[in-house]
Amino acid sequence: MSERAPVTDWVNDFDHTDPRWTENPYPIWDELRSASPLVHTDRFLGCYMPTTFAAVKEISYDTDHFSSRRVIVRNVRSESPPPAPPITSDPPEHKPAKRLLLPPFTPDAVAKLEPRVRAICNELIDAFIEDDGCDAATAYTKHIPVKTICHMLGIPEDDSDIFIRWIHEILELGINDDAILMKAVFEMSTYFQGHIAHRKQKPTDDLISTLMNARDDKGQPLSDAHVLGSLRLLLIAGIDTTWSAIGAALWHLATHPADRERLLAEPELMPTAIEEFLRAYSPVTMAREVMKETSIAGCPVKPGNMVLLSFPAANRDPSVFPEADRVMIDRKENPHVAFGLGIHRCVGSNLARMEMTVAIEEWLKRIASFRLDPSQKVRWSEGTVRGPRSLPLLFGKPS
Amino acid sequence: MSDHLNASETLKIHVDQDKCQGHARCKALAPELFELDDYGNAHETGDGTVPTALIDQAWLAKSNCPENAIVIDEA
Repeated sequence: MSERAPVTDWVNDFDHTDPRWTENPYPIWDELRSASPLVHTDRFLGCYMPTTFAAVKEISYDTDHFSSRRVIVRNVRSESPPPAPPITSDPPEHKPAKRLLLPPFTPDAVAKLEPRVRAICNELIDAFIEDDGCDAATAYTKHIPVKTICHMLGIPEDDSDIFIRWIHEILELGINDDAILMKAVFEMSTYFQGHIAHRKQKPTDDLISTLMNARDDKGQPLSDAHVLGSLRLLLIAGIDTTWSAIGAALWHLATHPADRERLLAEPELMPTAIEEFLRAYSPVTMAREVMKETSIAGCPVKPGNMVLLSFPAANRDPSVFPEADRVMIDRKENPHVAFGLGIHRCVGSNLARMEMTVAIEEWLKRIASFRLDPSQKVRWSEGTVRGPRSLPLLFGKPS
Repeated sequence: MSDHLNASETLKIHVDQDKCQGHARCKALAPELFELDDYGNAHETGDGTVPTALIDQAWLAKSNCPENAIVIDEA
């Protein structure tokens, strides 16, 4: 992307956008964890990273010293980052903003969407089932969450490609380029303003109208700015996260035939398998900003620095998860933190679990045997969300 | 888990409301022992007494809660 010095000292000079980290971060995290529960880099205008489950937990629960107003570690730090409540909210504003979003995302509410998600998956598979293989990231996993969120928000599925472009601009290109990020945020806001204006004339029964009709704790309707911020959040947080989680699960099944065979033979293992994929390949690393001097795991932290709050690294901590680097699809005790910890627990976790389960089930029903295409390359995304952006697969057993 | 199995014990399960963040793992693993409110936060069903047949599930729910919000009293 941009010119930057290659990393020669991971412990004191880490870079989570380095190609080696993007390709395979796990050995790097092991090295960092052996060195310290909290490491620091001068890159990204100063950034810490907790490497253990305990240190991640400590920061997650400490909303006094760590703010969520910036949730992405970037090379630029805009004066007023565009809010996306409640993910960018701190107490006391956080709780009322989150409560507005919780009811449509309970397990029961999400279960009602399941038939539509099964249909989406099968429509996608129909398009490539007759071929010898496909790029599962671009032909399958990418489309499932975006089509699902379009269905929930009551916006056209045909707009999916625009949303995917915005998210790429915000979460990946935006790490280094503020202008690209702000332009994408502006376009997204303009898009939703149109939908809000439309619903003021003609109310609907989708999630946009639900937000527009919501009342805050003083009984007042939300401002258009609040509705817009929450819509931006749902789009940004709901798409490439789940896309990545489904993709990583398919990558695992493509590269671990014994697990694939076992899941086909014992479909009752699906719930533990999904939790284990979430643990082992957690896609989301959030960020915090240090607001006041404090210490984490005995290490002092200074205000003004960012924190790479790596839930994925916590989930590989061997002191909490025995054989943390081994994927065990029947792992029974699995209190992983793929969806975060504390007040910012991902509001869409129940939706993501359902989409992931359905996407893997429907795929396995129709494509029982598949493997990586050795003539092509798997490409993983960079930055906040990790998942395969290119996942070339061949169907059937090797001849 | 079977370490905890003792038919003569009475277990009581409780969700610490200050800790629960609505991950809903308990409800998925032990649906008879937990209920979710309209916001997806969990609480124990009834007075939290765990029937003998559900003791394993109770411990499973506890060990899978990322927030450590589930308390089990062994009477």
